[in-house]
Amino acid sequence: MPRDDVMKWLRSQFMPHIWCPGCGHGIIMHAMLRALCALGKDPDEIVISSGIGCSSRLPGYVNTCTLHTAHGRSLAFATGVKLSNPALTVVDVMGDGDCSAIGGNHFIHACRRNIGICAIVMNNNIYGMTGGQASPTTPENAFASTAPYGAIDPPFDICQLAIGAGATFVARATIAQPQMCETLIKKGIEHDGFSVIEIMTHCHTQFGRKNKRSRPLDNFNFFKDASVMKAKADAMTSEELTGKIVIGELHRIDGALEYTNRYAKVIERAKGATS
Amino acid sequence: MPKAEFWQGNKAIAMAGVDAGCRFFGGYPITPSTEVAEVMAEELPKYGGAFIQMEDEIGGIAATIGASIAGRKAMTGTSGPGFSLKQELLGYAYIAEIPLVCVDVQRGGPSTGLPTKVSQGDVMQARWGTHGDHATIAYSPFSVQECYDLTVKAFNMSERFRQPVLIMADEVVGHMRERIVTPDVSSLNIVNRKKPACPPETFVPYLADEDDDVPPMASFGDGYHWHVTGLTSNDWGFPTNNSLDIDKKVTRIIRKVERFRSDVVEYVTEGCDDADILVVSYGCVSRPALRAVRELRSRGVKVGHFRPITIWPFPDEELEKIVVESGIKRVVVPELNMGQLFLEIDRAIHGKAETHLRTLLNGELFKPAQIISYVEEVA
Repeated sequence: MPRDDVMKWLRSQFMPHIWCPGCGHGIIMHAMLRALCALGKDPDEIVISSGIGCSSRLPGYVNTCTLHTAHGRSLAFATGVKLSNPALTVVDVMGDGDCSAIGGNHFIHACRRNIGICAIVMNNNIYGMTGGQASPTTPENAFASTAPYGAIDPPFDICQLAIGAGATFVARATIAQPQMCETLIKKGIEHDGFSVIEIMTHCHTQFGRKNKRSRPLDNFNFFKDASVMKAKADAMTSEELTGKIVIGELHRIDGALEYTNRYAKVIERAKGATS
Repeated sequence: MPKAEFWQGNKAIAMAGVDAGCRFFGGYPITPSTEVAEVMAEELPKYGGAFIQMEDEIGGIAATIGASIAGRKAMTGTSGPGFSLKQELLGYAYIAEIPLVCVDVQRGGPSTGLPTKVSQGDVMQARWGTHGDHATIAYSPFSVQECYDLTVKAFNMSERFRQPVLIMADEVVGHMRERIVTPDVSSLNIVNRKKPACPPETFVPYLADEDDDVPPMASFGDGYHWHVTGLTSNDWGFPTNNSLDIDKKVTRIIRKVERFRSDVVEYVTEGCDDADILVVSYGCVSRPALRAVRELRSRGVKVGHFRPITIWPFPDEELEKIVVESGIKRVVVPELNMGQLFLEIDRAIHGKAETHLRTLLNGELFKPAQIISYVEEVA
């Protein structure tokens, strides 16, 4: 049972949630709520935006301003919210399909703008809600209902994509490190700019049953065994890193001006031009 | 003080938006609507508003919806293929009941079609472009003055009914420059969305008031916690599979406009009282059509003109009444498409007059002489 301060953030009237027993998504929601508590946030100042899919049902259960958008579009909606009211703390949760397939364009441009939004990517390597179709993060040779002979598309590395597109805080954890999830989300929210926290989670129902990880615990153990801290990974060869998941704070640039602050300067210039 | 200006239609749309209280524009460049975004980029920050050029058309309307939820009056603009892309999230704004204004400066299609040439090809897309049922409010300006006046009205209607309102302009009206008179902003009648009167603890976000079927709308950040979703939801804004809740929601979002249809529907007529023949046109086509009607009347031809200002809802009862009461025998409809509004006009008249469609799809506007000859053909 979560702590009382965490429970206060839940819309328990909308429970039970839709996630399968043993789903990793609850671990991420719990970590996010602990991070919000640790930061002393007031629900009045929080907006949680999401896309479509299992992951994106998360905001519905949180008692704050919540915005369940359309598939892939959450960051574009969140950009409008943040730019209209920069005082709000905006957290955006989405799945791997939202982030790297249908919403890939919104994702790279949110990274480029460095807008003050904390994006939590709940990556379970599959389209779970629609029944287990391959996503852009499905590993090569893994099985999915739309890859019955094994996936042939090379997967995206979401963190590398974010770094390449200009995000100023990029980190990764797995659901096997709930404490690290909390710490990284907390840092991501505190970061003055666009932050990406990729959290590897599992869909034992749709991905696991086709890929020898059908029990929740199989996935938990898989993540535990595959995780390598960034500092250790830096000293490893690419062969040694094959099949590993590099976790921790991967990339950070401090001092880059956040987008709404840059727009505030546009307003100053425009007003100066008219006066 | 009212002021005379010499503006193009696209500028009038943007300036009217600002005057109506628009403080956010999510845009993407596309011909022939780009000037709306350009003017917004220049004007909005002067008022503390925000313009953002998004990564694509869908991002433009997504940011616009987000801004509206955060409490700003917000607008997006596009043309042809961009309007196709906007359909996804227009649907979102209809079901989630988010006010916004979307301008479509129509160009020739399908697809990339004729970026710099006019058409009226998006009439049915405006009505049915997004999937699912919804009420559509779409204005069709025929002059630069109307670009201004109808944009102000569009904001008012979107705030009143909590839904998107469309300005279905076209390349001719958007790019044409003519004299307009802008009113003193303080004299404008401005409607703002209803805010909840109850404390946050008792706020039920989609519980509509009985007198208008519109729920009061909180803004993110003002202390009310609520859930917004594109899923069909119950009064709590939470997804539902309950058939009673579903029916309540989807019928209400249509009823909230339909029951006030007479407040929304607008049209103008000229010379209908003694007319045998009626020309029905909208948008830029009304310019040559009006000239043709006036020319024919000066020659003694009993011809009138009917111009819907709201193409959606279409003034069907009003048109039928005029046809019946004036004893009109023939109706001529020139359109820059294959007869998208003609179907609606024909339906409205219920066979009480002959209906004749005349189409033009070559990227040009009708000339008055063409419309004169269409009338003469059927007379």
